[in-house]
Amino acid sequence: MRIVRAAQSLGLHSIQAHSEADADMLAVRLADEAVCIGPAPSKESYLNIDAILKAARESGADAIHPGYGFLSENPAFAREVEQAGMIFVGPSADTIERMGDKVAARQAAQAAGVPVVPGSDGRVDGIERALAVAKEVGFPVMIKAAAGGGGRGIRIAKTADELRILAPQAKAEAEAAFGDGGLYVERAILSPRHIEVQILGDGTSAIHCYERECSLQRRRQKVWEEAGAVCLDDETRDALCASAVALAKSVNYRGAGTLEYLYDEASNEFYFIEMNTRIQVEHPVTEMVTGIDLVAEMIKVSGGSKLSVTQAEIAKTGHAIEVRICAEDPFANFMPWPGQVKTLKEPTGDGVRFDHFLSEGYQIPPFYDSLLGKVIVHAPTRDMAIDKLVDALNEMKIEGTKTTIPLHLALAADRDVRAGTFHTQWLEPWLEAENLTTKGDAA
Amino acid sequence: MTEIQSPLPGTFYQKPSPEEPPFKSEGDAVTLGDVIGLVEVMKTFIQVQAEADGIFVKYVAEDASPIMAGDVLAEMK
Repeated sequence: MRIVRAAQSLGLHSIQAHSEADADMLAVRLADEAVCIGPAPSKESYLNIDAILKAARESGADAIHPGYGFLSENPAFAREVEQAGMIFVGPSADTIERMGDKVAARQAAQAAGVPVVPGSDGRVDGIERALAVAKEVGFPVMIKAAAGGGGRGIRIAKTADELRILAPQAKAEAEAAFGDGGLYVERAILSPRHIEVQILGDGTSAIHCYERECSLQRRRQKVWEEAGAVCLDDETRDALCASAVALAKSVNYRGAGTLEYLYDEASNEFYFIEMNTRIQVEHPVTEMVTGIDLVAEMIKVSGGSKLSVTQAEIAKTGHAIEVRICAEDPFANFMPWPGQVKTLKEPTGDGVRFDHFLSEGYQIPPFYDSLLGKVIVHAPTRDMAIDKLVDALNEMKIEGTKTTIPLHLALAADRDVRAGTFHTQWLEPWLEAENLTTKGDAA
Repeated sequence: MTEIQSPLPGTFYQKPSPEEPPFKSEGDAVTLGDVIGLVEVMKTFIQVQAEADGIFVKYVAEDASPIMAGDVLAEMK
């Protein structure tokens, strides 16, 4: 929907690719043309590179916009689109590959002078070496299995004495789990905020569109996002955004991208963690405060145009908040609930935006993500934005399916959320403490 | 004959993972609460459990096939 609208605003002919399950979708009806690329399961449709390329070729498409999710950060797909003589709306396949690799992205960041979480830059063998690294980066440190993943073998040591006890345990667990006792030591940032910077590049020049605060997360999925981050002072914000531009320029970035950082409020330090080489779900909050159409801009630069705005022309006004409306039951451990939309009433008003693909009578397909839409509000201050969000959530109606609207109303009524004092480890304990009641108000 | 229906729409799986054998085969004893399959709905896997004791007869829904809520997944007696 969002992309079709942006293409139409640029006077482009839009062709929506869809699976059999999505034939009834709003974007299919809005687009100038629609092509079915396969059956419902995404590996036979939205993840099927051959089917997508065939549809694009047969319909005479000049460019493919990958959206988010699915193949949007798949370098093989980007490469095949390029080789087929079409434009991939995004960075080059090489850039996607490089920034998608954690080690290569960390190296690129360091080379561009962007701070990364201080750590051992590779595996450490032996307790003495681990101790030396820990003393260098400072306690507390996180000890991870070099071969690992999924949280196995992770320990946090607050002192050298603890490290002497925990490192051998981590080593033994890593050996048992991965057959490799190599460890990785890095500074543990406890209860950080997740802050990210939106950038735009045209291959030579790059600019930022300020930062977003996305710390309210459940199972590493963002739930509520803001632009900007009120916890940052101007000096820190400038340094953060400048570092993102430096990295984007150093890799000759083309398109829209996001650099994700951990921010440690106690020390006022930020660390680059990874880059997303695509448009993100939460991009509308940035559009609200800057007035820039990020999707239109990424289409234009992919077509070879230079950025249409300079850094000096990007002004930020007010505060914006986005909440994700998902087809889940927040009172039953967020069980997916793909119902049929019986009644749909959109929120209205100045500074209220509702990005979605629903219509009355629409059967939500069970095959894809539970994200149904996003409510975005924009107001002069953060307080006013929260008030506006509450009004919008109370006004809108999606009947026939469960949604996460009650969660957002409860969050909006919470004292910590109102004060903006939260971090990435805040929401899950809040839910476990049963702050979400059926009445939808916070305890 | 008892039919086991899907509580949700989604994709039905007879196996815990592609490399493993199906949860149940013909003639297997089934106890109340036994897992007979998985339904993947919006990237989440939900266990389908037997609601009675009995003997497993057969799967009706194919492995990795799309199903609607109320579709018969398997039969037992």
